[in-house]
Formats: sequence, structure tokens, C-alpha cells
Amino acid sequence: MPKCLECDAEITLKADVEAGEIIDCPDCGTEFEVRSVDPPTLDHAPQEEEDWGE
Amino acid sequence: MRLGLLCSIIRTEEKLILQALRDRGVEFEKIDDRQLSLDLHTETFPWDVVLERAVNHARALHTLKIFNDRGLPTVNTWDVANVCGDKVLTSNALERAHVLTPRTIVAYTPDSALAAIESMGYPVVLKPAVGSWGRLIARANDRHAAEALLEHKQILGSYHHSIFYIQEYVEKGGRDIRAFVVGDQTICAIYRMSDHWITNTARGATTANCPVTDELNAICVAAARAVGGGILAVDVFESERGLQVNEVNYTMEFRNSIGVTGVPIHARIVDYTLSVGEAATTAAR
Repeated sequence: MPKCLECDAEITLKADVEAGEIIDCPDCGTEFEVRSVDPPTLDHAPQEEEDWGE
Repeated sequence: MRLGLLCSIIRTEEKLILQALRDRGVEFEKIDDRQLSLDLHTETFPWDVVLERAVNHARALHTLKIFNDRGLPTVNTWDVANVCGDKVLTSNALERAHVLTPRTIVAYTPDSALAAIESMGYPVVLKPAVGSWGRLIARANDRHAAEALLEHKQILGSYHHSIFYIQEYVEKGGRDIRAFVVGDQTICAIYRMSDHWITNTARGATTANCPVTDELNAICVAAARAVGGGILAVDVFESERGLQVNEVNYTMEFRNSIGVTGVPIHARIVDYTLSVGEAATTAAR
């Protein structure tokens, strides 16, 4: 189980988690991106950029 | 049929789309634009059709152009992304197609922009030409606010913040309509309600189902056609002058809309994309 990169809390990934998905640490609320599912690897979520959108 | 899904971070929408692809047993590959490198001397790609779901507009634009110019069909196309991604081009296309849209003036210097604003009257809305999610949209209620906004945009922003997109403020009764067009049909629509004058769900607006009347369908299909067609989210104001199209989005977000409308928007997107791929494959034979 991956750990929060900020507060070390354990983060449970949902069964249908996707690589690239953005998740929150349940303890400290920091946003992470799931860089890979197997093995589960987290990275800090990318910051919103000026041309992000729909 | 091999489908490429152009993406980067996976939002709820992409997750739903991936599920729909798996449910249909479609052979697909995620194309993460952060790992993508495009050799312009390449002629072929390992996909028959690409569905564009990138969160970065600039990356999507360049990638779609490279794909389309080499015969790889995409949903949506570069032409559509180019028009929809720039509000000046969107408003221009809507106006040229006689789709009712709020009065819009484009200016390039604070002085000419202020003169245009004064001619339009207050309140008035200023928006960055390129932007989404209600970001950097400003309403000026008087000349002082307008002067300050124009100065800030000129000094603090990069060059494209000096393309002043000035739009008539439309009183819309605390809500607007987000309609989802797939091909030549408005498949469903929602009301977006907020106490704030900006009604993006990204800014906290709540949603409710909006019946797709013949009138709403007609203006939304006309708007979609005006920007080049495909899979588009059309934002509509209910104004004193009737329905007006505010803008059109080419990588539509719909996470708050499936439950409210009961329409599986993600599935309709996948089916439409597959039909574009099949048509291209058939044509190539």
C-alpha cells in the first residue's frame, strides 16, 4: 500500500484506480497522481496550468 | 479497430470512457501527452482513430494537427479544437453562422478596449481568449474597474492577455444551460445554477436536468456545426433575446451530468468515436 509523501499515512487505492488518476491523502488532503497501478506509485499531482480545461 | 486515447491526468470523465472501452472490448491505448514525442517525419501511427481527452489545450492542438495532417482521424479534429479553444474564434464562428451569441468586441490596447467597453455599457465581461473553467473571467461594473482590469491584463499577463475579449453581460437568472452534442444531436442538457454570476460547475454551480426542447436542440446543433462539429458541450444563456450560445467546449466534462440526465454520455462518446474510425477505415479500403 502506497504511503502519503507528505504525512506518511497509508493510502488505499480503489480496485478500479487508473494510472494518471488524481487522488487525495485521506489524512492531510494532499493531491497525488497515481503514476502506476502495479506497483502502486504516487507522485505529487501536477499543478493546474493556464491552458487546462475543457 | 485500434483506438488511441490522447490524455494526461485521468479525470472522472476519462475513467468512465476507459470503462466504456473495456465494456465494448475495444482495443485501445492511452497516449499520455507527457510521454509523447511526435517525429514530424512520421507518416503512420498505430491507431485507426484517436479520441482527444487532453487537459492541456496547447498540447491537444498541436497533436491533433500532426495526426490529422497525416490522415489519422481524431475526435475532435484540429479545426474544432482550434476554434473552440479560442473564444475570439468561437464567437466569430457563431456570429458568422448566425447563431445568436452575446455581443462581443475584440481590441488590442487598453485605450481601444476601454472605448469599446464604454460603447457597450456596463456591466461588461472580460475573458482571456484562451481559458476554461471560468478562470480569469471578470465582470466590470464601471469605468474604474474596467481601467484597472485592462491595465492589469496588459502588464501582468503574457501577450495573449492583451487580446481583450469584451463580451456583453447577459442577465441569465442565476443559471445557464450546458448541452451535450454528439454528431448532429443534442443528447442531453443540464441547468447549472449558482448565486454567483459565473455558473461553471468547476466554480461550484449545482446541476439539474434540462429538457432538450426542439429550440434548444436546434441552436446547439447549429452551434456545433458552426465550429466544425463532433462531440461538443455548448453553453447556452436563456436571455431576454431568447437562447444565446456563450461558448463551445471541445473536451467536454460531464461527470455531474450522467446521473442528472440518465444519459450515458461516456458511452455515446465512445460509440461516436468508433463510428468515425470505422468510416475512415472503410473509406481507406
